[in-house]
Amino acid sequence: MLLFGRLADQAGWRDRPIEAGDLSALRAALAAEDAALGEALAAPGVQVAVDKVLVRGEAALAAGTEVAFLPPMSGG
Amino acid sequence: MTVALTDRPFEPGALVTAFCADRAETGAVATFVGLARAEQGAAAALELEAYPGFTEAAISEVAAQAMARFQLQDVRIVHRVGRIAPGEAIVFVATAAAHRREAFEACDFLMDYLKSRAPFWKKEHGPDGARWIEPTDRDRTDAQRWD
Repeated sequence: MLLFGRLADQAGWRDRPIEAGDLSALRAALAAEDAALGEALAAPGVQVAVDKVLVRGEAALAAGTEVAFLPPMSGG
Repeated sequence: MTVALTDRPFEPGALVTAFCADRAETGAVATFVGLARAEQGAAAALELEAYPGFTEAAISEVAAQAMARFQLQDVRIVHRVGRIAPGEAIVFVATAAAHRREAFEACDFLMDYLKSRAPFWKKEHGPDGARWIEPTDRDRTDAQRWD
């Protein structure tokens, strides 16, 4: 899974594999190891893309699926 | 219509020349070049992060909207990513249309989108460290003009 912008700085990583069957499980796994990051990922304005498509709410994840957490976009 | 991200400095003049070539039916080409400002030394460098694939797709979708809305013949967008020094070009937009009004307006529309809503994350490196930049109120209201 991928983190961008300030989320990556906060976590201290930008890209790593994580095993989870759906988005809720992924969020729970991340929050369990880093509570502050879990909170930041759930904050308003943070969007989630699954295989480069924005999703709202829950999504099932298969092996090899790319999940990205996107903080508010700043424009160029 | 082409949209490209690059982590290397680019020469805007060469892009204009290439964009204008072989256009028998184009009456107007409007271009915009955005440069990185030094902010009187407050910004030693700008760092732009994109999500490769996702960012180009999002920009291409809005470029396609601009093609239809302003009856454009062509659009070219080149955007820098990575670390950008003051004075370097960050963004290049060119629009081609039969007449000037559509070309100007489309260029303005695309820049308002690129400055406020495009999927980039922007960090400014200055003398007091680095900070993430969010769109300004002005960027937001500029973009809302087209809604």
